Parts: sequence; C-alpha cells; structure tokens
Amino acid sequence: MIKRLARCVREYKWAAILSPLTMIGEVSMEVTIPLIMADLYDYGIVLQDMKMVVTKSILLVICAIASLSFGCASAVFASKAGTGFAKNLRHDMYHHIQSYSFSNIDKFSTPSIVTRLTSDVARLQMAFQMTIRMFVRTPMMLILSLIMAMRISVRLSMVYCVVIPILATLLIILGPQVFKIFDRVFKTYDKLNRVVQENVHGVRVVKAFVREEKETEKFTDVSASIYKDFTKAEKILALNNPIMQGCVYVCMIAISWFGAHMVMASGNNPELGLSTGQLSSMFTYTTQILTTLMGLSMVFVMLIMSRAPMRRCYEILTEEPDLLSPENAVQEVPDGSITFENVGFSYSKNAKRPALTDVNLHIPAGATVGILGSTGSSKSTLVQLIPRLYDVTDGTLKVGGIDVREYDLNVLRDNVAMVLQKNELFSGTIRENLRWGNEHATDEEIIHACTLACADEFVRSFPDGYDTHIEQGGTNVSGGQKQRLCIARALLKKPKILILDDSTSAVDTRTDSLIRKAFREEIPGTTKLIIAQRISSVQEADIILIMDDGRIVASGNHDELMKTSTIYQEVYYSQQKGVEQ
Amino acid sequence: MPPARMRGDGRKAKDPKKTLLRLLSYMKKHIPVLCLVLVCIFMATYAQTTGSAALGVLVDDFILPMVATGEADYGPLAAYLVRIACIFGAGIVCAWLYNFLMVGVSQSTQRRIRNELFTKMQKLPLRYFDSNKAGNIMSRYTSDIDTLNQMLGQSIPQCASSIITLVVVLVRLIITSPILTCVMIITVTSVVFVTKTLAGRSMKYFIGQQKSLGAVNGYIEEMINGQKVVKVFNHEEKCKVQFDELNQKLCENAYTAGKYSNIMGPINNNLGYVQYAVLAIVGGTLAVTSGGEILTLGNLMTFMLLSRTFNMPISQISNQINAIVMALAGAERIFDLMDQQPEEDDGKVTLVNIEKDENGAISEVEHHTGHWGWRLQGDDGSISYRELKGDITLKNVDFSYVPNKTVLNDVSLWAHPGQKIAFVGATGAGKTTITNLLNRFYDIEKGSITYDGIEIKDICKSDLRQSLGMVLQETHLFTGTVMDNIRYGKLDASDEECIEAAKLANAHDFITRLPEGYDTMLTGNGASLSQGQRQLIAIARAAVADPPAMILDEATSSIDTRTEALVQKGMDALMHGRTTFVIAHRLSTVRNADCIMVLSDGRIIERGNHNELIEQKGTYYKLYTGAFELE
Repeated sequence: MIKRLARCVREYKWAAILSPLTMIGEVSMEVTIPLIMADLYDYGIVLQDMKMVVTKSILLVICAIASLSFGCASAVFASKAGTGFAKNLRHDMYHHIQSYSFSNIDKFSTPSIVTRLTSDVARLQMAFQMTIRMFVRTPMMLILSLIMAMRISVRLSMVYCVVIPILATLLIILGPQVFKIFDRVFKTYDKLNRVVQENVHGVRVVKAFVREEKETEKFTDVSASIYKDFTKAEKILALNNPIMQGCVYVCMIAISWFGAHMVMASGNNPELGLSTGQLSSMFTYTTQILTTLMGLSMVFVMLIMSRAPMRRCYEILTEEPDLLSPENAVQEVPDGSITFENVGFSYSKNAKRPALTDVNLHIPAGATVGILGSTGSSKSTLVQLIPRLYDVTDGTLKVGGIDVREYDLNVLRDNVAMVLQKNELFSGTIRENLRWGNEHATDEEIIHACTLACADEFVRSFPDGYDTHIEQGGTNVSGGQKQRLCIARALLKKPKILILDDSTSAVDTRTDSLIRKAFREEIPGTTKLIIAQRISSVQEADIILIMDDGRIVASGNHDELMKTSTIYQEVYYSQQKGVEQ
Repeated sequence: MPPARMRGDGRKAKDPKKTLLRLLSYMKKHIPVLCLVLVCIFMATYAQTTGSAALGVLVDDFILPMVATGEADYGPLAAYLVRIACIFGAGIVCAWLYNFLMVGVSQSTQRRIRNELFTKMQKLPLRYFDSNKAGNIMSRYTSDIDTLNQMLGQSIPQCASSIITLVVVLVRLIITSPILTCVMIITVTSVVFVTKTLAGRSMKYFIGQQKSLGAVNGYIEEMINGQKVVKVFNHEEKCKVQFDELNQKLCENAYTAGKYSNIMGPINNNLGYVQYAVLAIVGGTLAVTSGGEILTLGNLMTFMLLSRTFNMPISQISNQINAIVMALAGAERIFDLMDQQPEEDDGKVTLVNIEKDENGAISEVEHHTGHWGWRLQGDDGSISYRELKGDITLKNVDFSYVPNKTVLNDVSLWAHPGQKIAFVGATGAGKTTITNLLNRFYDIEKGSITYDGIEIKDICKSDLRQSLGMVLQETHLFTGTVMDNIRYGKLDASDEECIEAAKLANAHDFITRLPEGYDTMLTGNGASLSQGQRQLIAIARAAVADPPAMILDEATSSIDTRTEALVQKGMDALMHGRTTFVIAHRLSTVRNADCIMVLSDGRIIERGNHNELIEQKGTYYKLYTGAFELE
C-alpha cells in the first residue's frame, strides 16, 4: 500500500530526499551549537578571554546562519514535496476514477469518492510532509544529542539511560489510548455533521411536523457523546506535558548533583574533566533529547492515524475498472439496431432478485420505442445496458448486430447518446454545456440541436442567450428547461441511438409532442428509446414495451396493447379519463 | 494527537473585543476553576523558570565557591536540590492540574455553545434557511466550532502561560542584569519584527491557498456528482485536463503558503542563537571589563540560559494571537446565527383532541379521537372550544419574499370543510407560496388568513402546523430505518400504525422487498431508493400523523400514474371529510378536486371544478388540451 502511494512522489523525489538531507544539516548544527556555547563560556567568559568570546561568538553566529539556511531549505523542500505529493495523488486518483464504470462508482458511492479526493488527500499531505521532516529530524536529533552528551561525560549520560526508557514506556502506553478515543471522536463528529446537515436540508419537514424538540434531542445526544470522548482523550493528553517536564526535572536534579561532584573533581577545568560550561550544555541536551522523544511519539501517532485515509486512497487507486474496451475493438457502429438475446442482469452477485430477467427483443434501426412501467420495474436498467454502462450478466446484447462488448467503449458511447434520469448541467455557459455533446459543434449546429429540443426559444429569451452562465447543478434554469438542454446536448452527438430516460417529465405535453415531432421528422434514421410516465409521450411509438418487475410483460403498438395489455389499459385510463369526458 | 487541520479561512472578526467578552461570558460559571487554573499556570511557570535559573545558582553559590575553597561540603547543595525538587514537584502537579481543569472548562463551554447554537437554530424562521446557503450554516458547526475548540483548549491557556512566563522571566532577567536586559529587548524586538513580517506574508498566501483549495474541492464535488454524465459523453479526457490545471494551481499556491509557514520555526529558533551570541559578546565584555562588579559569571550564565526561555513565549504568543483572531471570526459567525430573530409566535389558541356528546357540546380529551378542536382563551382567562372543521379562508392576501417583488397579489380563496382544493400554475406563479403562508413558514403582509374563523396568527405555531400535514415536492428522509422515518410523523406510533400508513401510501409492497424490510437503514436522504419510492415513504410519514388537514405539494410528481392512482385512493379515504390542498404539475392529479385555482403571476385567474373550467375554455382548458405551455 505504502509503495503504491509513495509512487505519487515522482518528480518531487528530489525535494523529498533533499528535505531530510538538509534537515540533517540543521540538526547537526543544532547539536553543535550547545558545544560552542559551552566553549564560549568555559574558555571565553570563565577565563575572561575576550578574544575567545568574540571568536566563539562569531562561530556561533555562523553556525546559527548555517542552521538557518539548512532549516529554511528543508522547510521549502518539505513544502515542495508535500504539496507535490498531494497534487500527484489527487491527479492519480482523479484520473483513475475517470476509468471507473457505473458499478465502480456505485460501489464507492459519490459522497465517499468526494471525501477521499478532498479531506483524505489533505490528511495524507500533512502526514507525508510531517514524515519527511520529523521522521529524520527526531531520531537524528536524539542520536546526535546523545552522542554529544556522551562526549561531554559518559557518566552523566547514564542519567538518560534511566529516564528515556521510562518516558518512552509512558508515551507508548498513552499514545494508542488517545488515538483510539480520537478515532471514535472523529466518527461521532461525522454523525454530528450529518444530524445538522439533514436538519438544515429538511428544515421544512422538521417545521411542518413540529419536530424541533426531537431534533434538538438528537443533536444534544451526539453533542454529549463528543463531549464525553473528547474530555476523556484530552485528559489523557493533559498528562503528556507534566510527564515530560517531570523527566526533564529529574534529569536536571540528577545532573546537578553528580555534575557538581564532577566539577569539584576536575577543579572546573574542561581539560581535566567536567566544567561548568559543559554542565550548562548538558542541561541544553537534556531538553533537546526529551522533547525529541516527545516529537517522535507524535510522529508515530500521526502515522497510525493516517492509516485509515491511506487505505481509503489506496482503494480508489487500485480499484479495477470492470468495463474496458476489448483488444482489437470494433471501431464503427454499422447501424442503430438493438438486439437483446436472453439478457439477464443483477447489480451485485448477492442480489436476491435479478434486476432484469430473460429479456428478448429486437429493435430495428430507426425505430421509436416507448418504455412504460411502474416505479422500480428496471426500465432504466434496461436502457443503461445499451451504451454498456453496465455489462449484462446473462445473454448477449447486440448493437448494429455486434456484441456491445466487442466495441471500443468511446465509439459505442459516441453512437449511443443517453439523457440520464438524473441529468446534470455543469457550471459554465449554456454553449459550453452543449459542446459536451460535440466539442467542435458550430453555432449553427448548436442552434439546430436546440431547436429540435425546443430549447432555442427560451435560450434566446435570456439576456445573454447562449452565453448565459449556468450555476452548479443547473439551479438557475427550471426543471423543464434543464431537461431540454440535456436533450439538445445529447442530440449534438448525432448518435445512431438516442435514449431518453424519463427526460421530458418536467416538460409540458405540448412541447413534449413538438420534440417528438422533431425527432420523427429531423432524425428519422436514429433509433429512439423513450422511457416515460406520460402515455402521450409513447403513444405514437413503433413499439411500446411494458415492464414489470424486471421483465418485459407486453410489447406492441398502441392499438395492439389497448387490446392485449391490462396494465397498458389501466395506465391509459388513469391519464385519459378527463379528456374523454 | 489529532492532525492539526487547516483552520478557518483567514478572515478576521469585525469586533473582536465584543466577541471575546461574549465568549468569556460563557465561562462565567467556571470562574472559580479558572482562578485555580491561573494560580496553577503561575506555579508551573514559576517552577519552569526556577529550573532555568537553577544552573546559575548552582554554579555561583555552590560549585564555584567549593572549587575556589577546595572544600567539598555537599550538605548545602543537597538541601538546595531538595528545595528545588519540591518546587519542580509542585510545578508538575500544577501543570497537570491546569491542563486537566482546562479540558473540562473548554469542552463543557463548547458543548454549551454547540447545543445553544442548535437550539437557537431550531427556532429560526424559514426565511433564514431560504436566504442562507446550507453549506454556510453547516460550517458554523464544523470549521467555526473547530477553531473555537483550538482557541479555548490551547490558544488561551498557552497565551496565559506564555504571558506569565514572559513576566516572570523578565523580572528575573532585570534582577540578574538590567543592562543586559536592555540589550536583549532590542534584539528581541528585531526578531519579533522579522517574524511578524513573515507571518503577514504567510497569511496572504494562506488565503490564496484556501481559495484554490476551494476551487479544486468544488470542481471535484461537481464533477464526481456528475460523473455518470461525464461517462455517457466520453468526457473523461477533458475533465482530466481541466482538473490538472486547477490541481497544478493549488499545488503552486499551497507550496508558497507552506514554504512561509514552514520556515517560521527555523527562523525563530536560529535568530535565538544569534541573539545568544550577541548577549555573550556584550555580557562577556561587561563581565570581563568590570571584573564581576556589574555582572558576575554566574549571573551571566543564568542570564544566558534565561534569555533562551524568553524568545519561546514571544513567538508562541504571536502564533496564538493569530489563531485567536481567526477563532474570534468563527465565534462571531456563531453568535451571528444565535442573534438572528427567532420565529415570532404570539398565538394562544391551541389544538386539542375533542369528544362531542349528543348535544354537540365539546369536551377536551387526552386520547386521539379523530376529532380536533381549537382551545381558545379569552382575555379574561375564560376557556372555550371550537370544533376544527377545516374552513380555511384567505382574504385579500399580499405577499413578497423580497420587498417590492410581489409574489402574491390580492389573493382571496375559500376552502370549505372537507374540500379538496388544487392549485395549478406555472413555476413562480405562487402556488407553493400560498402553502408557505398557510402554515406560517412566512407571514403575510396584507390581508388575512383564517382557520375556522380564527386568525392564524392567533394560533400557536406548533399547533397550527400539527393541524396541517405536509408532503413536499422535495423529499427529505433522515438517517435511520424506514420505520423510523415513517414514525417521524407521529413519534408514539406503534409498528402496526406505521405499516398501516405505509399500506395506505402504497409503499408497503416495495418496503417489504427491501433487504431488511422496514428495518432497512436509509442513509444520505434515502440514496438507495428511487425518487418515487422516497415520495411514497414521505406520504406514509404524513399519513401516520393523521392530520385534520393536509397540503400535498407535488407529492406524487415522481410516482408513475398507475401507482399514483392507488396512492390517491388511499389518501382520499384517509382525508375523507378533511380539507386538503393539492399542488400538482400533472393535471390528472388534480382533476377530481372540488375546486381548482389557476394561478398566474401571483393572482388567481380562474377557479372552479374540472368540468366548469373546461367549459370556460380558458387557461385551464388550454393547459388540459396541451395547447398551452406550463413551465
């Protein structure tokens, strides 16, 4: 897993390597500095040698500047590597998602993909940046400080041998506990967000049912559990600082006591043994060593905590797209005929009931097919198989006499235009949205497509016409206008097969019939499949299919079905009663 | 420890002082604890600075005299070490205590703010929700409370501790050497100046980074949500290119922002060393030239050590103040929501269950009888009852959402008890607005609305709403089982009642076919269901409430006509003898209404039943025959 994620470093490899390398420079300067300071004190100030003071001071400043340069370089490299890593990770994930089939997307669910691409990547970026800096810095600092301390006095350094294991044990015990609680807190936080979100979005329902109190109760419950867990975790965390300080204090007292003896023994002469200046350096190293240890424990906790986002991003990267163009794919769709042979389909292997069973059907090129059926009868499922948004589980589906699995996916989908039930417009101008259908469409082509879809008129009524800006999700056009724009967008593809999945539900009957008339007259060669709830939308179709529970239960034209299908009659009368009166 | 998240968006509070005071007022009841915390912080800080000063004392008072005399008498040293050990011990206990206490204070304060925020939000009028983006409201609970957490839990205690450290150290420094202190203040000021400049620049880039992060995340959200459309149009390659552009820009901005914030640490640290060198030269010169009169060696040593503890709190304070300013901006937004005018509700008339005896006298009862009444309270405190019949009248009603943009213009209508009233008209004609006024989601500007002869603004809002069941065009389901969602209509409904309601709404069939039947968990607004199925559940939810009157706003728009006919049969049975308002696009839905109102531009232009309107050969007739466009 880590290997795959690490591949995202790529061109930022140098920054990722240089950052720890320069960090080594900074760390070695940082541990040298206390030594210089000790010398400055011992040889300069104690011996009242001003020349020494100045030389050592200059050396100190030089070291500080060196340390500063290394430090800044490391910081800059780390930022470069971290943001670069995040960029590549996002890039890889997003590009891979583009190869997902519908069922890949369904498997993760849209909101989950969005979270993985946004907040999970952000967390990994933080973790990565911290790792390349701290993971080198802390152990280096620890080791170098220890070495330096030992160079001053091995005997005094023995103090660390006692204190470090104690501190390490305490940190190891505390860390995972806190981590566990925080993990829970984050989940509860999600719950809290969900409660608020549902409340805000459903505020009309809440108010209409006078459920403000129930909602408040729901919220305070979650709020209370956040309070409980957070308090618990933070109380454990509150131990961290005192423990660490305690260790520092213990070291200081011990070093003072033994140090005093040793200075006495040497007569405060650095040549003979421990001096007061060195004693002061020992104090500095103590703080350095122990804070480093603390930092190390934080790095570990951080790494543990980034395991979850790591796994989630990895899943996105390694998901196998389950629909691919075959090798030596067919590059041309001969015509718009469609044949279903014993087709069966289930959304997942574990599904209790298949979504489609035993569908046999032949649609000649250029025919108009209407599909009716109650909610949940798998009408959409049936048509989604045609542009191979899903693969059939049983039987074969042929377009233009060739199995859809033999086509190049892009070729197939360019020839099968589909207006989805949940259609989307994207933020941008109307023209830009329409060009999704055909990038190189001329203005004339766009206007023509819009005229066919009865959209030209209202588009022109906008002050900015075709340059009107569409808000995200198409919120600034009405439902019916959105549907017509989506139809125009599909028409621009000049497809051999056009599928409308309940795409005129918000369009009034008259416009609906105008659109159908335009289809009949302007694109007679295109096979048209229309899913609808309004019987008038399909009445004139060459073939009308009645679906129920994943099967085609009746088919024929209007007159035939009026005689043979009770369902069709029921639907017809439920909608036509008034007119005949 | 949780990863430090990017907090806030860099905006600053308008009136930080007022916000801070208000925030602190939430901590009022914690004042004794806070006093204790302060004392503890002081003790802990004192112990810390003692630690730094100990070395000087050690050298000056014990080691050097002993070295000078050559006599090894460790008794006084031992006594001294025991003394500072005690101070250290107390310091540790205090450090733990204040951390511990602050957790309680900050978490309970946050919880109070959070709960108050939500409770207040429940009281806000619909206008607030309609005029503010959901995302903006949400961010109060996420990022704003998050920054508050950071501020209460860390920034404020750390600031207090840093200030105390600063003062204590400064006092000690002055005692040790006033001259050197002066020198140091000069160097510190220059260090602060450098970091301050950098921090300002860093902030600028940080805002830039947040902007392009917003752009990338926005793009991801929009495009992933429309991913299926992307696939249908083979638009993958173009999306990749667009995404890469935004991604690249984010990378550049984030790099610059990160660069500046990352180098702050090394700069602070190393400028401290430079300062040390300056002090060494100046101090050394002083000590050497004066021969220890102005400055002893021990003092110099102490000073040097103390000086290193001086820079840390300064950089900490400047960091924390930044965090606090940002948190205050968040707090201001939270308080802003809390300060919104809540829904007005002066209604005194309440809804009760009634029983009628043979003489027609009304008596109030606790249990559900299927009959409702209004409980009116006279000015003199007398109580009278009036039967709820469902007689709803609008008289000369004017209304606009935004001043001067009239939505309803002189609308008058009567719904006689038990009638089914339908509204037909183009989008924006004001159909939904009328229903918004009936249950007082919004209040009328002119005219009057009466319910059984009572002005609706005299009716207690919650009772008014309970008397009007609603099924809305946009279905909202809550996370929970199907059963929970139906029960939302009537919290004490038994399972049987819920199932009964589901059968009535024709939802029972498909619910039993779900993997877990009525116990199937619904998440993300029932994402696993089709739009039609969600509407059926919403109808069941309204049906279980069994309200005396009902509003159906495009409630069956996504249900196929055959199922709709079945649902309607069930609903008609339930609402028999009760007033119902129906809004529908589909004319087959409203055909059997007692009265159909055709609205256009906020006016009622035609009224009558289906046959009458057809005979009138007006707008309704044109709509019905498809000669006219509804949009």
